[in-house]
Amino acid sequence: MEALKEKAFVSTRNACKLCTPLGASIAYKGIAGCVPLIHGSQGCATYIRRYLISHYKEPVDIASTNFSEESAIFGGQSNLFAALNNITKQYKPEIIGIATTCLSETIGDDMQAIIQHYQAQNTLPDSPQLTYVSTPSFKGTHANGYHDTVLALVKRFAAFTETNNAINLLPGFLSTADLRHLKEIMRDCGLPSIMLPDYSDTLDNEYNGSYEKVPEGGTSIEELVAAGSSRASIELGHILNHATSKESAGTYLEKNFSIPRFNLPIPIGIKASDEFFTILQRLSGAAMPQKYLKQRGRLVDAYVDGHKYVFGKKAIVYGEEDFVLSMVGFLEEIGLETVLCASGGGSGLLKKMISEKVNPRQDIMVRDDFDFEDIAVACRDLKPDLMIGNSKGYYIARELGIPLIRVGFPIHDRLGGQRIRHVGYEGTHELFEKIANALIEHMQEHSPVGYKYM
Amino acid sequence: MDSKKINFKDPAEIKEEILQKYPRKVAMKRAKSMVANDTEQAKEIQSNVRTIPGIITQRGCTYAGCKGVVLGPTRDVINLTHGPIGCGYYSWLTRRNQTNTPSQDPNDKIDGENYIPYCFSTDMQDENIVFGGEKKLMEAIREAYEIFKPKAISVFSTCPIGLIGDDVHQVARAASEELGINVFGFSCEGYRGVSQSAGHHIANNGLLTHVVGRNDNGPEGKFKVNLLGEYNIGGDAFVLEQMFEELGITLISTFSGNSTITAFEQAHTADLNMVMCHRSINYIAEMMETKYGIPWIKINFIGADATAKSLRKMAVYFDDSELSAKVEAYIGKNMEIAEKVRSEVVKTTKGKLAMMFVGGSRAHHYQDLFEELEMPTIAAGYEFAHRDDYEGRQVLPGIKVDADSRNIEEISVSADPERYKPRKTEEQMAMLESKGFKFSDYEGMMAQMSNNALVIDDITHWETEKLVEYFQPAIFCAGIKEKYAVQKMGVPLKQLHSYDYGGPYAGFEGVINFYKEIERMVGTKIWQLIKAPWQGEPEIVGTVGMEI
Repeated sequence: MEALKEKAFVSTRNACKLCTPLGASIAYKGIAGCVPLIHGSQGCATYIRRYLISHYKEPVDIASTNFSEESAIFGGQSNLFAALNNITKQYKPEIIGIATTCLSETIGDDMQAIIQHYQAQNTLPDSPQLTYVSTPSFKGTHANGYHDTVLALVKRFAAFTETNNAINLLPGFLSTADLRHLKEIMRDCGLPSIMLPDYSDTLDNEYNGSYEKVPEGGTSIEELVAAGSSRASIELGHILNHATSKESAGTYLEKNFSIPRFNLPIPIGIKASDEFFTILQRLSGAAMPQKYLKQRGRLVDAYVDGHKYVFGKKAIVYGEEDFVLSMVGFLEEIGLETVLCASGGGSGLLKKMISEKVNPRQDIMVRDDFDFEDIAVACRDLKPDLMIGNSKGYYIARELGIPLIRVGFPIHDRLGGQRIRHVGYEGTHELFEKIANALIEHMQEHSPVGYKYM
Repeated sequence: MDSKKINFKDPAEIKEEILQKYPRKVAMKRAKSMVANDTEQAKEIQSNVRTIPGIITQRGCTYAGCKGVVLGPTRDVINLTHGPIGCGYYSWLTRRNQTNTPSQDPNDKIDGENYIPYCFSTDMQDENIVFGGEKKLMEAIREAYEIFKPKAISVFSTCPIGLIGDDVHQVARAASEELGINVFGFSCEGYRGVSQSAGHHIANNGLLTHVVGRNDNGPEGKFKVNLLGEYNIGGDAFVLEQMFEELGITLISTFSGNSTITAFEQAHTADLNMVMCHRSINYIAEMMETKYGIPWIKINFIGADATAKSLRKMAVYFDDSELSAKVEAYIGKNMEIAEKVRSEVVKTTKGKLAMMFVGGSRAHHYQDLFEELEMPTIAAGYEFAHRDDYEGRQVLPGIKVDADSRNIEEISVSADPERYKPRKTEEQMAMLESKGFKFSDYEGMMAQMSNNALVIDDITHWETEKLVEYFQPAIFCAGIKEKYAVQKMGVPLKQLHSYDYGGPYAGFEGVINFYKEIERMVGTKIWQLIKAPWQGEPEIVGTVGMEI
């Protein structure tokens, strides 16, 4: 174990993170009428599209400014102008969300000036709104790109008129099913909410036999503006974009509009969900709907029935920092021993947050800025019983002959990866049974007798 | 079965409708890339020109073509991406190139190395962008060597590298000397070319410069060939390897699928280069002919007739009666099996329309299969092709070299003083040619297509949508980026990049797979479930009782 201290390699081998403009694209897809535009080579948009499409299994239109050698030398202004014109004409979007790339950031395009210049020339009433975020991929991960975009959107649009009754819900990078579930909970609690971003429909659309170029759904611009007048914000995740910025959308709204911020973990597990529901109850001032008491009760019942199949088993958890932080909290509850908690993110906060927020029974090996080869090496000593994370860890699970519980992003080797539910009592319940059943199935398949009764 | 006899309606109306939506300048440019095929008179199509910003394209970048396509499928070279993390991650095992896995058996030909599942990246951070990344690159190469002791490492530059001025070639040379293995770099920054096509060219140049010709001890055999432009998606190369073995053909190397660097090094010992995807690989075929005297021919192993035709062409080249007899027996046996399946599936597929927009050869090759299924191709086009891929190789001299093409280095190749050896005498070549045998040539897609079929280069998302709406094809072939948009419109999409987890589709075994899959896809009842019977206003009925 001593040999496994900090990351010793200069290169990244099988990365456990993706690049920042991918995160930006997901956040932009959660804005109503938004077409994301990546300012760089066309390959960036193409790669990111093919990656998001393979996870969400939905059309994901992302435009590009298609840099050429010439734009790489003289700057991308004229390409950006052309792109904005063409997107406007084809899509009639409400808003175009621009994300920069390592290319445009390296040449130093001044986005603010370029956009102002464009807007000065294009004053038609139906021109889309423009917004941009700086997402050089040499700084941070997709998680940072995501949160930086949410922050940029709030900075661009939020304004104070008069305090309204809404709650800003800043969910972080969750699945479409998670976002739907969170909205359902808010509704059930009688809390009007502005969820930012909301790609629960745009990236998980129902089939109706027609193709919408800009799919319905998402946080509207009016809601983005109104976010500056809400009475409170709930921001899920403790690490957020701290690798690239000290500020988050929630802290910005608190500082500039005096909107009280409730910073909570992503509600995975009973404890984290309890925290979430407690705040909701405080905000609504009403008793929690019976439905959630029942959901909670059923979850406890499942824990009671199933904990003996999972406790003492050793798990490896990996993914975005905030996601793994909550996941470890949940595993602590059910008696699964997390032997390694790893992330490709590099905020430097993961270890501290785990000990502060989860306070695990025993020391957990926590590694940020980690890659899958680091994980594979660590596994030789740790001998885990299962892995919990995205599809990219499959090769390690396969080598070890242990189950991989697919959660998070990206899941491109299964159907339905985009709509796995992780949050709330129900999400936790599904997750718990998935884990318990995977362990039972593994035991069953490796049993010489083949018991079919437990 | 001859779909050439079809004379489609003039597609002027739909073309007009598509162009209307574009700003004027864009419409003018796009119009040149949309051509109604004319079987009487060859037409020119604009291609290999820059995609217009903001128009959503299928195309990828130079890096994708170089690292992802050409070098990616080779198992015993470590491919190291020099740049920030995204590009390496996105090209990590995403093309479904299959490879044999290592074997412990010392008698096995497989040498036990497979680095395809590894994604190495220098993962450049902002300080590397500011101060340069050469040191980090050198360290990363050393690490890759220490971990695996590979025989070769190749380095791929992503966008920022060219701008910050890292000299990957210099670092590669230094690493080569230090480690005593073959280390070589590619300046394949994404912005360099019009599409991934630029990356193919850069990869071809690099392979010829740094790899081919380094090892003269290739396997012995009477008929030695290289297969160029076959990427072993879904196991295509496995089928072809099996076929060659059955026919007594020695396959020296495949560029690039189930391939090894060692085999590439021996490629110059082959006596014939057979080119599948000419777009991605014709450069190296051409250069190997000049340097080593190996002639090349265009072949296509997608489709039963195409496979038979290609095998016969190969047999004619080798001019050996025993081989010809073997080839005929092989074709006879397999044609019979394929025909049995074809005659069944064609009942479902006959007369249904197909469209395909993919690649630099695939949109052509797969038309053979659809012809066999008696499904006419109403519209087709390539993602990253040049004019010759549409119109035939004879147009090459007339293609204007623009700024983007000039960006890509043309390497000058001359006959190798020791290794150049003409495989046929001039008389033999002339004799073959006089009998209609074509060396160094291909016809292009348009020659095969029906009159008034619509040919569109670098189709945009918007055009795809309009085409599907207008023609209502029974099947649309493209890639994952188009898949869900097309399916939302009620038309099944077959992925011809990754085969939707299916395949192989090459050779006779592939033909049968493809026939069956297309039959199932165009025959599925899933589209009839879209509307719920209770959707809309309820019907008011007089009685509550149930009628049975």
